Amino acid sequence: MGRETRAMQDDDATNPAMFWVLEGEALFKNKEGSGKACLDCHSTLKGVAARYPAQDAKQGRLLNLEGRINACRTERMGAAAFPYESRELLSLTAYVALQSRGAPIEVRKSDVGEKFFHLRQGQLNLSCAQCHDERWGKKLAGTPIPQAHPTGYPLYRLEWQNLGSLQRRLRNCLTGMRAEAWPFGAPELVELERYLMWRARGMKMESPAVRP
Amino acid sequence: MSGRRAIVTVPKQAKRGEVIEIKTLAQHAMETGYRRTQEGVAIARDIIRTFVCTYNGAEVFRMELHPAIAANPLIAFSTVATESGTLEFKWSGDNGYTVTETAGITVV
Repeated sequence: MGRETRAMQDDDATNPAMFWVLEGEALFKNKEGSGKACLDCHSTLKGVAARYPAQDAKQGRLLNLEGRINACRTERMGAAAFPYESRELLSLTAYVALQSRGAPIEVRKSDVGEKFFHLRQGQLNLSCAQCHDERWGKKLAGTPIPQAHPTGYPLYRLEWQNLGSLQRRLRNCLTGMRAEAWPFGAPELVELERYLMWRARGMKMESPAVRP
Repeated sequence: MSGRRAIVTVPKQAKRGEVIEIKTLAQHAMETGYRRTQEGVAIARDIIRTFVCTYNGAEVFRMELHPAIAANPLIAFSTVATESGTLEFKWSGDNGYTVTETAGITVV
Protein backbone atom coordinates (compact mmCIF):
# COMPACT_ATOMS: atom_id res chain seq x y z
CA MET A 1 0.00 0.00 0.00
CA GLY A 2 1.34 3.38 -1.00
CA ARG A 3 1.78 6.37 1.28
CA GLU A 4 -1.13 8.25 -0.32
CA THR A 5 -3.50 5.33 0.08
CA ARG A 6 -2.57 4.97 3.73
CA ALA A 7 -3.14 8.68 4.31
CA MET A 8 -6.54 8.36 2.66
CA GLN A 9 -7.39 5.41 4.91
CA ASP A 10 -6.21 6.93 8.17
CA ASP A 11 -8.13 10.18 7.78
CA ASP A 12 -11.85 9.69 8.31
CA ALA A 13 -12.42 12.84 6.28
CA THR A 14 -11.03 11.18 3.16
CA ASN A 15 -11.82 7.49 3.69
CA PRO A 16 -14.76 6.72 1.36
CA ALA A 17 -15.68 3.67 3.44
CA MET A 18 -17.11 6.13 5.99
CA PHE A 19 -20.26 6.35 3.85
CA TRP A 20 -20.91 2.69 4.54
CA VAL A 21 -20.09 3.18 8.22
CA LEU A 22 -22.66 5.98 8.44
CA GLU A 23 -25.27 3.82 6.75
CA GLY A 24 -24.32 0.88 8.98
CA GLU A 25 -24.80 3.05 12.05
CA ALA A 26 -28.32 3.91 10.88
CA LEU A 27 -29.10 0.25 10.18
CA PHE A 28 -27.74 -0.71 13.60
CA LYS A 29 -30.38 1.47 15.27
CA ASN A 30 -33.16 0.39 12.95
CA LYS A 31 -35.87 -1.78 14.53
CA GLU A 32 -36.77 -4.70 12.31
CA GLY A 33 -38.54 -8.05 12.31
CA SER A 34 -39.82 -8.62 15.83
CA GLY A 35 -39.26 -4.95 16.68
CA LYS A 36 -35.70 -5.17 17.88
CA ALA A 37 -32.65 -3.27 16.74
CA CYS A 38 -29.02 -4.44 16.93
CA LEU A 39 -28.46 -1.62 19.41
CA ASP A 40 -31.03 -3.05 21.85
CA CYS A 41 -28.65 -5.92 22.65
CA HIS A 42 -25.25 -4.56 21.66
CA SER A 43 -24.28 -1.25 23.22
CA THR A 44 -20.71 -1.74 22.07
CA LEU A 45 -18.98 -4.28 19.87
CA LYS A 46 -15.45 -3.17 20.61
CA GLY A 47 -12.86 -5.74 19.55
CA VAL A 48 -15.44 -8.22 18.32
CA ALA A 49 -14.45 -8.13 14.65
CA ALA A 50 -10.87 -9.06 15.62
CA ARG A 51 -12.14 -12.44 16.88
CA TYR A 52 -14.00 -13.55 13.75
CA PRO A 53 -14.44 -15.99 12.01
CA ALA A 54 -15.32 -18.02 15.10
CA GLN A 55 -17.11 -21.26 15.82
CA ASP A 56 -20.74 -20.70 16.78
CA ALA A 57 -22.07 -23.21 19.27
CA LYS A 58 -25.73 -22.66 18.50
CA GLN A 59 -25.35 -22.83 14.74
CA GLY A 60 -22.75 -25.59 15.03
CA ARG A 61 -20.65 -24.05 12.31
CA LEU A 62 -17.97 -21.51 11.64
CA LEU A 63 -19.28 -17.98 11.18
CA ASN A 64 -17.51 -14.96 9.82
CA LEU A 65 -18.63 -11.47 10.81
CA GLU A 66 -21.14 -11.31 7.94
CA GLY A 67 -22.49 -14.72 8.92
CA ARG A 68 -22.71 -13.67 12.57
CA ILE A 69 -24.70 -10.55 11.66
CA ASN A 70 -27.08 -12.56 9.53
CA ALA A 71 -27.46 -15.27 12.19
CA CYS A 72 -28.33 -12.56 14.72
CA ARG A 73 -30.89 -11.14 12.33
CA THR A 74 -32.65 -14.42 11.65
CA GLU A 75 -32.42 -15.94 15.14
CA ARG A 76 -32.85 -12.97 17.46
CA MET A 77 -34.42 -10.20 15.43
CA GLY A 78 -36.78 -12.29 13.36
CA ALA A 79 -35.60 -10.39 10.31
CA ALA A 80 -34.49 -11.64 6.91
CA ALA A 81 -30.79 -12.25 6.29
CA PHE A 82 -29.10 -9.74 4.01
CA PRO A 83 -27.66 -11.17 0.81
CA TYR A 84 -23.89 -11.45 0.66
CA GLU A 85 -22.13 -8.36 -0.67
CA SER A 86 -25.35 -6.34 -0.45
CA ARG A 87 -24.96 -2.72 0.52
CA GLU A 88 -26.80 -3.31 3.80
CA LEU A 89 -24.59 -6.21 4.88
CA LEU A 90 -21.40 -4.39 3.88
CA SER A 91 -22.55 -1.30 5.77
CA LEU A 92 -23.37 -3.18 8.96
CA THR A 93 -20.11 -5.13 8.77
CA ALA A 94 -18.15 -1.92 8.23
CA TYR A 95 -19.84 -0.26 11.20
CA VAL A 96 -19.17 -3.24 13.46
CA ALA A 97 -15.59 -3.70 12.21
CA LEU A 98 -14.77 -0.01 12.76
CA GLN A 99 -15.31 -0.53 16.48
CA SER A 100 -12.39 -2.97 16.49
CA ARG A 101 -9.92 -0.53 14.92
CA GLY A 102 -6.58 -0.97 16.63
CA ALA A 103 -7.58 -4.21 18.36
CA PRO A 104 -5.10 -7.08 17.87
CA ILE A 105 -6.43 -10.00 15.83
CA GLU A 106 -7.10 -13.05 17.97
CA VAL A 107 -8.42 -15.96 15.95
CA ARG A 108 -7.92 -19.70 16.27
CA LYS A 109 -6.20 -21.51 13.46
CA SER A 110 -8.21 -23.33 10.83
CA ASP A 111 -6.50 -26.51 9.69
CA VAL A 112 -9.02 -26.90 6.88
CA GLY A 113 -8.24 -23.37 5.75
CA GLU A 114 -4.53 -24.10 5.85
CA LYS A 115 -5.12 -27.06 3.56
CA PHE A 116 -6.99 -24.84 1.10
CA PHE A 117 -4.20 -22.26 1.30
CA HIS A 118 -1.74 -24.84 0.04
CA LEU A 119 -4.12 -26.50 -2.42
CA ARG A 120 -3.17 -26.08 -6.07
CA GLN A 121 -6.23 -25.07 -8.04
CA GLY A 122 -7.43 -23.94 -11.42
CA GLN A 123 -6.00 -23.96 -14.92
CA LEU A 124 -2.86 -22.19 -13.70
CA ASN A 125 -2.43 -24.86 -11.03
CA LEU A 126 -1.57 -22.31 -8.37
CA SER A 127 -2.01 -22.30 -4.63
CA CYS A 128 -2.43 -19.23 -2.42
CA ALA A 129 0.91 -20.06 -0.78
CA GLN A 130 2.86 -19.81 -4.03
CA CYS A 131 2.17 -16.08 -4.23
CA HIS A 132 1.52 -15.06 -0.66
CA ASP A 133 4.18 -17.20 1.11
CA GLU A 134 6.85 -17.76 -1.49
CA ARG A 135 6.64 -14.55 -3.54
CA TRP A 136 5.41 -11.81 -1.28
CA GLY A 137 7.17 -8.50 -1.85
CA LYS A 138 7.68 -9.36 -5.52
CA LYS A 139 5.39 -7.99 -8.18
CA LEU A 140 2.36 -9.31 -9.97
CA ALA A 141 1.22 -7.20 -12.92
CA GLY A 142 3.13 -4.24 -11.53
CA THR A 143 1.69 -4.33 -8.02
CA PRO A 144 3.43 -5.74 -4.96
CA ILE A 145 2.23 -9.13 -3.71
CA PRO A 146 1.13 -8.81 -0.07
CA GLN A 147 1.36 -11.46 2.64
CA ALA A 148 -2.40 -11.91 2.71
CA HIS A 149 -3.08 -10.37 6.11
CA PRO A 150 -6.78 -9.46 6.06
CA THR A 151 -6.56 -6.70 8.67
CA GLY A 152 -8.87 -4.18 7.07
CA TYR A 153 -11.99 -5.90 5.74
CA PRO A 154 -14.53 -4.90 4.67
CA LEU A 155 -12.43 -2.43 2.72
CA TYR A 156 -12.75 0.18 0.02
CA ARG A 157 -10.78 -0.87 -3.02
CA LEU A 158 -10.06 1.96 -5.40
CA GLU A 159 -10.12 -0.59 -8.23
CA TRP A 160 -13.64 -1.69 -7.25
CA GLN A 161 -14.76 1.90 -6.53
CA ASN A 162 -16.75 0.20 -3.84
CA LEU A 163 -16.60 -1.50 -0.49
CA GLY A 164 -16.01 -5.25 -0.60
CA SER A 165 -15.72 -8.19 1.74
CA LEU A 166 -12.79 -10.53 2.19
CA GLN A 167 -14.76 -13.19 0.32
CA ARG A 168 -14.98 -10.89 -2.70
CA ARG A 169 -11.20 -10.53 -2.58
CA LEU A 170 -10.71 -14.30 -2.26
CA ARG A 171 -13.05 -14.98 -5.16
CA ASN A 172 -11.08 -12.44 -7.19
CA CYS A 173 -7.87 -14.33 -6.48
CA LEU A 174 -9.50 -17.65 -7.34
CA THR A 175 -10.73 -16.29 -10.65
CA GLY A 176 -7.22 -15.01 -11.32
CA MET A 177 -5.93 -18.55 -10.77
CA ARG A 178 -8.61 -19.63 -13.26
CA ALA A 179 -10.12 -21.82 -10.59
CA GLU A 180 -13.81 -22.19 -9.95
CA ALA A 181 -14.53 -19.75 -7.15
CA TRP A 182 -16.54 -20.98 -4.18
CA PRO A 183 -19.87 -19.19 -3.93
CA PHE A 184 -20.31 -16.33 -1.45
CA GLY A 185 -20.83 -17.65 2.05
CA ALA A 186 -19.38 -21.10 1.24
CA PRO A 187 -17.89 -22.86 4.30
CA GLU A 188 -14.61 -23.31 2.38
CA LEU A 189 -14.22 -19.54 2.08
CA VAL A 190 -14.99 -19.03 5.76
CA GLU A 191 -12.33 -21.61 6.72
CA LEU A 192 -9.85 -19.84 4.47
CA GLU A 193 -10.81 -16.50 6.04
CA ARG A 194 -10.14 -17.95 9.48
CA TYR A 195 -6.76 -19.28 8.44
CA LEU A 196 -5.79 -15.90 6.95
CA MET A 197 -6.90 -14.09 10.10
CA TRP A 198 -4.85 -16.53 12.17
CA ARG A 199 -1.82 -15.72 10.02
CA ALA A 200 -2.41 -12.06 10.88
CA ARG A 201 -2.81 -12.76 14.63
CA GLY A 202 -1.47 -9.96 16.78
CA MET A 203 -1.71 -7.44 13.95
CA LYS A 204 -4.00 -4.51 14.53
CA MET A 205 -7.36 -4.20 12.83
CA GLU A 206 -7.59 -1.21 10.48
CA SER A 207 -11.14 -1.68 9.19
CA PRO A 208 -12.54 -0.18 7.09
CA ALA A 209 -9.31 0.07 5.15
CA VAL A 210 -8.54 1.59 1.75
CA ARG A 211 -6.53 -0.43 -0.75
CA PRO A 212 -5.49 0.22 -4.34
CA MET B 1 -24.87 3.41 -4.48
CA SER B 2 -27.98 5.49 -4.25
CA GLY B 3 -27.08 7.22 -0.98
CA ARG B 4 -26.65 10.96 -0.98
CA ARG B 5 -24.27 11.51 1.84
CA ALA B 6 -21.44 14.01 1.87
CA ILE B 7 -18.68 14.53 4.39
CA VAL B 8 -16.97 17.92 4.68
CA THR B 9 -14.03 18.78 6.88
CA VAL B 10 -13.35 22.42 7.67
CA PRO B 11 -11.21 23.71 10.58
CA LYS B 12 -13.52 25.00 13.31
CA GLN B 13 -11.29 27.94 14.07
CA ALA B 14 -8.66 29.83 12.08
CA LYS B 15 -6.61 33.00 12.28
CA ARG B 16 -7.57 35.85 9.98
CA GLY B 17 -5.63 35.58 6.73
CA GLU B 18 -4.68 31.96 7.35
CA VAL B 19 -4.83 29.50 4.46
CA ILE B 20 -7.20 26.70 5.47
CA GLU B 21 -7.55 23.28 3.90
CA ILE B 22 -11.01 21.97 3.13
CA LYS B 23 -11.74 18.34 2.34
CA THR B 24 -14.98 17.09 0.88
CA LEU B 25 -16.17 13.63 0.03
CA ALA B 26 -19.43 12.98 -1.82
CA GLN B 27 -21.16 9.65 -2.12
CA HIS B 28 -21.75 9.02 -5.81
CA ALA B 29 -21.27 6.09 -8.19
CA MET B 30 -19.97 8.37 -11.02
CA GLU B 31 -21.29 6.03 -13.71
CA THR B 32 -19.36 7.01 -16.82
CA GLY B 33 -21.96 6.24 -19.49
CA TYR B 34 -19.36 4.25 -21.42
CA ARG B 35 -20.03 0.91 -19.76
CA ARG B 36 -22.37 -1.84 -20.83
CA THR B 37 -24.13 -4.59 -18.93
CA GLN B 38 -23.31 -8.24 -19.57
CA GLU B 39 -26.22 -8.26 -22.04
CA GLY B 40 -24.65 -5.39 -23.98
CA VAL B 41 -27.11 -2.71 -22.93
CA ALA B 42 -25.48 0.67 -22.45
CA ILE B 43 -25.58 2.01 -18.88
CA ALA B 44 -26.69 5.64 -18.89
CA ARG B 45 -24.32 8.27 -17.63
CA ASP B 46 -24.94 9.36 -14.05
CA ILE B 47 -22.26 11.68 -12.70
CA ILE B 48 -21.85 14.77 -10.56
CA ARG B 49 -21.48 17.71 -12.97
CA THR B 50 -20.49 20.61 -10.76
CA PHE B 51 -19.23 21.35 -7.30
CA VAL B 52 -19.37 24.84 -5.84
CA CYS B 53 -18.19 26.17 -2.50
CA THR B 54 -19.33 29.55 -1.23
CA TYR B 55 -17.94 31.37 1.79
CA ASN B 56 -20.54 33.72 3.31
CA GLY B 57 -22.24 33.81 -0.07
CA ALA B 58 -19.11 34.50 -2.12
CA GLU B 59 -17.91 31.74 -4.42
CA VAL B 60 -14.41 30.59 -3.47
CA PHE B 61 -14.12 27.33 -5.37
CA ARG B 62 -15.83 25.75 -8.34
CA MET B 63 -15.15 22.52 -10.17
CA GLU B 64 -16.59 20.77 -13.18
CA LEU B 65 -16.61 17.00 -12.99
CA HIS B 66 -16.28 14.60 -15.92
CA PRO B 67 -16.88 10.90 -16.57
CA ALA B 68 -13.27 9.88 -15.87
CA ILE B 69 -13.50 10.94 -12.22
CA ALA B 70 -13.68 8.08 -9.74
CA ALA B 71 -16.69 7.15 -7.63
CA ASN B 72 -17.15 8.97 -4.32
CA PRO B 73 -15.00 11.91 -5.44
CA LEU B 74 -12.68 13.43 -2.86
CA ILE B 75 -12.20 17.15 -3.50
CA ALA B 76 -9.65 18.99 -1.38
CA PHE B 77 -8.83 22.65 -1.82
CA SER B 78 -7.78 25.65 0.19
CA THR B 79 -9.06 29.15 0.81
CA VAL B 80 -8.16 32.10 2.99
CA ALA B 81 -9.99 32.56 6.27
CA THR B 82 -11.37 36.07 6.05
CA GLU B 83 -14.22 36.27 8.53
CA SER B 84 -16.39 34.09 10.75
CA GLY B 85 -19.36 32.59 9.01
CA THR B 86 -20.60 29.68 6.98
CA LEU B 87 -19.18 27.71 4.11
CA GLU B 88 -21.75 26.13 1.83
CA PHE B 89 -20.95 23.20 -0.42
CA LYS B 90 -23.15 22.16 -3.28
CA TRP B 91 -22.82 19.19 -5.58
CA SER B 92 -25.18 18.84 -8.52
CA GLY B 93 -25.37 16.35 -11.33
CA ASP B 94 -27.35 14.07 -13.60
CA ASN B 95 -30.82 12.77 -12.72
CA GLY B 96 -31.57 15.66 -10.41
CA TYR B 97 -28.73 14.91 -8.02
CA THR B 98 -28.15 17.78 -5.60
CA VAL B 99 -26.56 17.68 -2.19
CA THR B 100 -25.86 20.67 0.02
CA GLU B 101 -23.71 20.71 3.14
CA THR B 102 -22.71 23.59 5.36
CA ALA B 103 -19.94 24.13 7.88
CA GLY B 104 -19.28 26.97 10.25
CA ILE B 105 -15.94 28.62 10.86
CA THR B 106 -14.80 31.05 13.53
CA VAL B 107 -12.07 33.47 12.51
CA VAL B 108 -10.11 35.05 15.33
